[in-house]
Amino acid sequence: MTHPTAIAPSNESPGMWRRAWQRLRQDRVAMVSLGVIAFFLLLIAMSRTGLIAAHWSDEVAPSYADPAWHLDPAAATTNAVVGIPNTQLGAPVDISDIDPLAPRYAELKERTAKIAHEKAEQATWLPFGADKWGHNVLTKTIKGAEVSITVGVLAALLALFIGTLLGASAGYFGGFIDDALEWLYNVFTSIPYVLLILAVAAIFSRGFLTIVLILGLTNWTGMYRLVRAEYLKHSERAYVRAAEALGASHASRMFRHILPNISHVLLVQYSRYVVDAIKAEVILSFLGLGIPVDMVSWGTILAETQEEVVIGKWSQIIAAGGSMALLVTAISMLTDALRDALDPKLNE
Amino acid sequence: MIMSTSPSSLLRVDHLQVQFATKNHGVIHAVKDVSFDVLRKQTVALVGESGSGKSVTATAVLRLLPRTATVSPHSKIEFDGANLLTLSASQLRGIRGKDISMVFQDPMSSMNPVFTIGQQLMETLQLHLSMSVKQAKTRAIELLNEVGIPHADSRFHSYPHQLSGGQQQRVMIAMAIACNPRLLIADEPTTALDVTVQKQILELLMKLREHHGMSILFITHDLGLVHDIADQVVVMQYGEVREQNSKTELFAYPQHPYTRALIACRPPLDTRPQRLPIVADFVNGTQVNTGNRTRGSSLTDSVVLEARNLQKQFVLRTGFFKRQYINAVESVSFKLPRGKTLGIVGESGSGKSTTALLLMRLLQATAGEVEFGGSDILKLGQKELLSIRRRIQIVFQNPYASLNSRFTIGELLLEPLRIHGIGSGSQEQLQMAKSMLQRVGLPEEVLQRYPHEFSGGQRQRIAIARCLMLRPEVLILDEAVSALDVSVQAQVLNLLQDLQDEFGLSYIFISHDLSVVKYISDVVLVMQHGRVVETADSDQLYASPQTDYTRNLLAAIPGR
Repeated sequence: MTHPTAIAPSNESPGMWRRAWQRLRQDRVAMVSLGVIAFFLLLIAMSRTGLIAAHWSDEVAPSYADPAWHLDPAAATTNAVVGIPNTQLGAPVDISDIDPLAPRYAELKERTAKIAHEKAEQATWLPFGADKWGHNVLTKTIKGAEVSITVGVLAALLALFIGTLLGASAGYFGGFIDDALEWLYNVFTSIPYVLLILAVAAIFSRGFLTIVLILGLTNWTGMYRLVRAEYLKHSERAYVRAAEALGASHASRMFRHILPNISHVLLVQYSRYVVDAIKAEVILSFLGLGIPVDMVSWGTILAETQEEVVIGKWSQIIAAGGSMALLVTAISMLTDALRDALDPKLNE
Repeated sequence: MIMSTSPSSLLRVDHLQVQFATKNHGVIHAVKDVSFDVLRKQTVALVGESGSGKSVTATAVLRLLPRTATVSPHSKIEFDGANLLTLSASQLRGIRGKDISMVFQDPMSSMNPVFTIGQQLMETLQLHLSMSVKQAKTRAIELLNEVGIPHADSRFHSYPHQLSGGQQQRVMIAMAIACNPRLLIADEPTTALDVTVQKQILELLMKLREHHGMSILFITHDLGLVHDIADQVVVMQYGEVREQNSKTELFAYPQHPYTRALIACRPPLDTRPQRLPIVADFVNGTQVNTGNRTRGSSLTDSVVLEARNLQKQFVLRTGFFKRQYINAVESVSFKLPRGKTLGIVGESGSGKSTTALLLMRLLQATAGEVEFGGSDILKLGQKELLSIRRRIQIVFQNPYASLNSRFTIGELLLEPLRIHGIGSGSQEQLQMAKSMLQRVGLPEEVLQRYPHEFSGGQRQRIAIARCLMLRPEVLILDEAVSALDVSVQAQVLNLLQDLQDEFGLSYIFISHDLSVVKYISDVVLVMQHGRVVETADSDQLYASPQTDYTRNLLAAIPGR
């Protein structure tokens, strides 16, 4: 406690976020986690803008090429698994005079010749090898990360928005609005979560936005419950009463006064949601209900690995599973650290 | 200070130093070299304001300090010759609760809510005196009888929440005296209680002291209480002993300027100085204007606000169809004269704060009228209400809760202006905020700061400044100085008086503190159970109360 008439001499006045950041910086685990997350975000930013992994779908190596630090492109062609020498098949017999489809073949041949065929440049560096179609697993995983993380971030944002809006209304207004929203909440939570996701996924067509919608629309309940409780508590607080006495409107009290006071709860919950959404996307894609076939995500990669593991190809599962585990762990650790750093009980 | 070894000394605190290691503020010296004696069968009061180290000293005696605290190796706390600071944990456990016991401020949080009071009492008895269940139960009921719990044998089975605050504190005292301790440490035991209950608890403590022949170490911020119960007084400030003396000597001839200030800061009941002296006056030796102010209302006063038959009923849903009705305010009528102060006193649950919320339309009244500015404000629509909000404002009790901690002081002060569209442009609004800050005695640099950096008194100034930004005609002060230390309270009361003189404000001053209400009010309204018991000019009411309830209240004021 300071002396009653004394005012702290410093000119700086750290707000709550600044103080939380100072506490967070002391936490080594949190800083490492933050570094990992920043690395992933940088990676997907670069992938999004096409700086890296833009040509992930090029066939840059033979199918199921082994991981290698330096690959000789010339050697790569001879190693090809599907390349069976022509000599063993014997000379082709010309049956075009009796073949009714011969004119069609000729036409097709002509058309094929017109298509410019560009053989992709063969990769010389394949730290995780190649997949069935000869894609570089590293770039594929980065592209997959882009999709998975974007889905996670957006879906969690949607869930955050819905949960906060409904929770704030229920907790702040109470009465009939609260009763109605509680009913909706109870209905939603009574359905098993994965079943709900699968049901909604089965109805909608496959697509990137659909996934975001599905996960956002099914995931808001936890946020709703937390926000409602916080609003119940805060709307009775003296500072909200004081704002009402000054003439502040409902919207101002809900979002200008109370919301910043519970923002730490939202932030912690949001980071948990990102983890949940990333995992949920992986599950959906793994089950074939996720993103469309022309895209790649960690989920689709993991779905492919089912067969690969059987034939002894581990590189994809290690790349996709490992990076997912790394990111999810980092976010979870950061969430824990954030909760500690933002705990108002620790403030002074 | 010379400490003579007295054979009758029971507890001896010798050069006690306690430090707290904190993350952000380094080492805090909470107690710096405190020494005093508690003689046998004596009551020693440790008096000080918040942050004086009085509670730290008391908890150090039982070694109940938090882990971040360290006690200097040169300190000694001798109890009956044994140094408590060097005892082993098991030896200490033998003393805690048996030879030395403690009563805390908040009885509700000191008791375990899932056990009955009987079980909790028996636990102490079985633990320390190895009584059988049957013996313990008989003794527990005896103890409940002794501390004045009616129907002790059936109350034995009650849970803590089923008792009133006063009864809870009685049970806590019963637990504390269960093993006939030789020293009872009471840490602000009556601060959470109403005045009349406080008086009963103090009388009980005095009776038990006589009966059990124990010593009491009484920690309080209230010099009035000290006057009533202590033999010896230790005045503390910033972790140091400012003065210690026998009660009669200390009150008759206070030596240290801080002691003199503490005694003078409290509004006196017999006179009404123009300004209350503050600590700085005594420390710097400035002369205080001692002229007296006369207060009171006359029939010719114009009335700014009039409440008629105000009622508030709360409905509790106790079952599917069952409803229980609670009349928080049953019938309250009064007239507030322009430019004067109406004091509302009453004990907790009397409906005085509810009345304030009704006047502000923060709660909807069940019935009644409030005439203000030519209209009944209880019937106004949202739009007209906004214009009324400009003219009536409220300051709440706890300045730690009423200021949004995510707003800077500047944002807090500018918000009312933005809501009501006062001032042309942000430059003018900023200027208004700066001059208001200056008016309440804070520098304009504080605009960029957040509330957590300010002390309680400073925060209450900010809260007052925020209300005054709207230039209201009526200001409701709901226990606005109750959470503040006495010396800070005097400063805020002086500020309120200055503002009233300058702007001609009318105040509704709600408080449980009868001396403060007497000092600041022209008219006083006494409330009990949601009704007005008595209304009169303040001098008249205190000189010749008309009802028994008022007489009881006045008789319970400590330090008369």
